[in-house]
Amino acid sequence: MTVFYAFIGSAVVGCALFMILSRNLVRMLLGFSLLATGANLLLFVAGRIRSQQPPIIEPAAEVLGASADPVIQALILTAIVIGLALTVMLGVLVLRAWRAQATIDARKVDAAEAVGRARPQDPANG
Amino acid sequence: MAEALLLVAPTLLPFLGAALALLLRSRPAAARLASLATIILLALVSAILFIVSLSDAPPPIVFGGWPDGFGISLSATWPGVALVMVTGVIGLAAALYGLDDIGPRRRGAGYDALMLALIGAVNGAFLTDDLFNLYVWFELALVAALGLLTIDRRAAQIDAAIRYAAFAMLAATLILLGVGMTYGLTGTLDMRQAGAALAGQPPGFAVATVAALLLAGFMLKAGLVPFHLWLPASYHTAPTTVVAVFAGLLTKMGFFALLLVFVGLFGVGGPAPRAVQLAPVFGWAAAATMLICAAGALAQTDMRRLLSYHVIAQVGYMMAGLALATEEGVAASVFYMIHSIIVQANLFLGAGLIHRASGSWDLTRTGGMMRRHPVFALLFAVPVLSLAGIPPLSGFWAKLIVLRESLDAGMVWLAGAALLAGMMTIVSMAMFWSDSCWKDARGHARPLPFASLAAMALLSATTVAIGIAPQALWTIARLSAKALGAG
Repeated sequence: MTVFYAFIGSAVVGCALFMILSRNLVRMLLGFSLLATGANLLLFVAGRIRSQQPPIIEPAAEVLGASADPVIQALILTAIVIGLALTVMLGVLVLRAWRAQATIDARKVDAAEAVGRARPQDPANG
Repeated sequence: MAEALLLVAPTLLPFLGAALALLLRSRPAAARLASLATIILLALVSAILFIVSLSDAPPPIVFGGWPDGFGISLSATWPGVALVMVTGVIGLAAALYGLDDIGPRRRGAGYDALMLALIGAVNGAFLTDDLFNLYVWFELALVAALGLLTIDRRAAQIDAAIRYAAFAMLAATLILLGVGMTYGLTGTLDMRQAGAALAGQPPGFAVATVAALLLAGFMLKAGLVPFHLWLPASYHTAPTTVVAVFAGLLTKMGFFALLLVFVGLFGVGGPAPRAVQLAPVFGWAAAATMLICAAGALAQTDMRRLLSYHVIAQVGYMMAGLALATEEGVAASVFYMIHSIIVQANLFLGAGLIHRASGSWDLTRTGGMMRRHPVFALLFAVPVLSLAGIPPLSGFWAKLIVLRESLDAGMVWLAGAALLAGMMTIVSMAMFWSDSCWKDARGHARPLPFASLAAMALLSATTVAIGIAPQALWTIARLSAKALGAG
């Protein structure tokens, strides 16, 4: 089961990395969203998949029974929130690029490249 | 209680200030006052924390009263405390410089809140003991940095922010995976306990994977070759104050995390390092960063782009210290890091004033700073000479220590690369100086604001102080190497 989850997780991450390499900025954005999902899936595996029992210690017991690690699930929840914030942030940037330049082709979104391009030294001034 | 407050204050104060500045957003003058007061208070508190830690460090605190190892803990350890104090100095210089550089429109767009949040996040990363918490601080710093980068909403800034965000989000995912797998391997997120748990494990595929993920993630954040391309493609579009803070703090924050993870968690520089398969990568990345980025700076004429390349080239020197895998090498990295934070921020502030005086970012169109603004030239000479490594300024000692330790550790080729890169840095800084200061001036002279010069004076004085008494900083660097776990 763990191996199956690990393969699924790495397949999702692989697809996401492929999408991030795209020149289409929206595809890149979706790639990052998928990458966060893949990473969360892999984190889930790191917390051991044992049973469906909730991580609650039985009344008489001292330690947790055969349930998955709750700490890693708390990490995933935090990571989901952070991933959402970053995806929205990148989405806003892509939207502004679209509004400013009417293109989502990464090759044409190059306003920063034009700023401060190297200039040959002026011979008159040494 | 007072000690606990002192420990939390460097993170808590900026966020309280940010909330206040956010409420005052529609009143730029009030927001400016609130953020300036917060920064002054922060600098004071950081200095007190530093002085207290010199004799007797406050005990670590665990949030929520959880038993040790479960809750998130903050602790005042070296070099975090020293870096928090330097962050306070940078924040103060940026606040002074921003009095004239950041107008009401930028403040209305939320500059004060974002800058304070960035400083708070950086301080949080310097003080935390928890791996996942470290990741969260990095993300918080990234969100604040993206806001600051696009504060003018120009097309170039949006483009730069997309490049920056893409690289940083990839780095964040790699770090997250590494952190999660560390937890899976060790069952704890506390860095000290995780390091101890890893020390007991036989070398294996899982440990190597974790190390590779964390190395790639933090190298991306630190801007080391081959992951350096995002930095010179984005930094040059930000406002001067913002880029000075970025150049000072953000790459160094990434490098600090590399130190924490590789010295603390994987025992590099200690008796039994883990993940030794990755050791050669450190040296190669350091040498390539120093050489490629110092050469890249030579090809630029735009001041901001030129200095952006120097920012990463300097991270290469720090990486060289870590690559030596000795206690002294780690101490050399810490020394270099503290020197570099101050000098890089100061150089960008100086470039901003040259732009203000001459109206151009292009070195070929600047000039005459020496004759027209002698006070500025005096203040600016300090970081320029320090970056070039001219004695007796801080850069000379930092480079000397890295060179000495690489020769002591028998890595002659790394010392050779550092020397060659140092030579290129001298040429680049000489061209920068003669173009901007000695060359004939063009156009009319424009006055320079007093507060901006005061900001530069603060940083230049710190650089000179390190240059005069390098022994004090070296003692702190040695303490830091010990506290990180080397030796």
